[in-house]
Amino acid sequence: MKQDNSYAAVIGRKNSIMKTAVGIDYNQYETTNISFDYERLMKETGYSLAQIKKIQYSHGVGQTPLKELPNLSALARKIAPTGYGARIFIKDEAQNDSGSFKARRASIACYHAKKLGFKGVIAATSGNYGAAVASQAAKYGLKCIVVQECYDSSGIGQPEIIEKARACEAYGAEVIQLSVGPELFYTFLTLLETTGYFNASLYTPFGVSGIESLGSELIEDCLSKTGKLPSAVIITNAGGGNLTGTARGIKKMTDEKIQIIGASVNLKGLHMASDHDFNRKSFTTGHTGFGMPFMTNPDRSDVPRSAARALRYIDRYVTVNQGEVFFITETLVALEGIERGPAGNVALAAAFSLAQERKEDEIIIVQETEYTGAGKHHQAQMAFARSHGIDIYFGDPAEEIAGKSIVLPSRIDQIKAVDLDLIKIKQSAIKNQIKDWKKLTATDFVYLIAETNSTPDFVRQTLTELNVDWEEE
Amino acid sequence: MILKNSWVQIHKILLKPEERTGSLPPDTKQVPFEMWDKGFLTKNANIGDEVEVITITGRSVEGTLIAVNPSFMHNYGTFVPEILIIDKMVKTFLFGGDDQ
Repeated sequence: MKQDNSYAAVIGRKNSIMKTAVGIDYNQYETTNISFDYERLMKETGYSLAQIKKIQYSHGVGQTPLKELPNLSALARKIAPTGYGARIFIKDEAQNDSGSFKARRASIACYHAKKLGFKGVIAATSGNYGAAVASQAAKYGLKCIVVQECYDSSGIGQPEIIEKARACEAYGAEVIQLSVGPELFYTFLTLLETTGYFNASLYTPFGVSGIESLGSELIEDCLSKTGKLPSAVIITNAGGGNLTGTARGIKKMTDEKIQIIGASVNLKGLHMASDHDFNRKSFTTGHTGFGMPFMTNPDRSDVPRSAARALRYIDRYVTVNQGEVFFITETLVALEGIERGPAGNVALAAAFSLAQERKEDEIIIVQETEYTGAGKHHQAQMAFARSHGIDIYFGDPAEEIAGKSIVLPSRIDQIKAVDLDLIKIKQSAIKNQIKDWKKLTATDFVYLIAETNSTPDFVRQTLTELNVDWEEE
Repeated sequence: MILKNSWVQIHKILLKPEERTGSLPPDTKQVPFEMWDKGFLTKNANIGDEVEVITITGRSVEGTLIAVNPSFMHNYGTFVPEILIIDKMVKTFLFGGDDQ
């Protein structure tokens, strides 16, 4: 009998397709009503930090330099109160093979796929992850397919995404490009089913634990360079894996409190599934359009239970505007002589603002950079935005309206990271987890505390407001 | 005529507007869901023909032939002079102006 490959039929087979394509039976980690055992999932299906480093260091990944940015710190001190303006460091992740920290995630996914005997890997991504998977797949002799959301209905592609398609093809991957829409997932499932390849998802334990080495290395690097620990690490946040993996790696190195700060580009008002809005944003990732929904509902990803659970680790979440990131990206070139891609500099823009709140002897680390080149450059992104009618001007970045304007700061002290309300985000996450359940078990209760990195009282109050009963031990 | 085994790009409509999912914004719902892929042409053909290609991973895919030896032409875009203003602003602020 011929298999039904209609949209509804393929989506209906989602769970069985994923089980085969990831090699994990997620059901065995489910506990009660809403909860699952996250740590057991990570432990049993992932790799130890020592194993991760061994795999990565023999495949062109990791041991990237941690660089101090003295001129950027000095610039921050010019506008900070006396005695303030922390030392800013960046982990130069552009030095990984394929040019971004995503190589860390891809290295473990591809190693695992090879170990399990898969012939190839598939990743759904318009970002650096595609090039990372293609590069790592090349090393293991695996076939590779990358599925991209790339073009609007006029056939116009984001220059940044076109560049990533080029990089993927250069590393030997087949690149399937799609127009805008969530039906990408349908194409992705169909490909997994027909090829039998491994789903190199960003959200498996492999895709997340691969970043633990980054958290670990930045602690080692910071201690060897400065003799002390950073007071904060700032992480560009989208799907949550970068933040989760980095924080987990840091925790494996030290019990000292290091503040974990997430930063996203503010794209409020733009619809992520809109054909019209698609080419009116200048960041294809690292933005609130992914950051917020994934933080409040991590299991919306392409696996049944996402290993990327940012809310478990984040202490503070800030946004910056597109104009601020472009400004800082150019400042990094002008003052430090380091030319990198803008999407990797979201956390750097936030760090420039947040450094001014911290004393001069404190250290803050921005944990990534990404490669730059044709298409994937602030010059290319701004030119593209301007050609789509986006108004680019100097002014107060707070005036920026995503999709209409890019406001470059007219004064350096106008670069301001804006705090998001983590309490509201945590309440929203609890609401999303509960779905239609009216009563939760004691296991669920403890799970929600861990999921939101909060307190029993916070969860009690939130559940009461939601009219949900619960048990406690 | 484009010869068999040429490296080509194809285009295909995967879902017509009426076949798309319900949870889409109105502008996206009005347009089809489209796909582009590349591969080696299995038979001689012309631009606009329905063709079969074998992709780099060895899959057979059908679609409309739209390009032969498809090229990447992305670049750095038209010059954005604001970049020079940023340079001047931060350098002057940190190191002082030319007269200092």
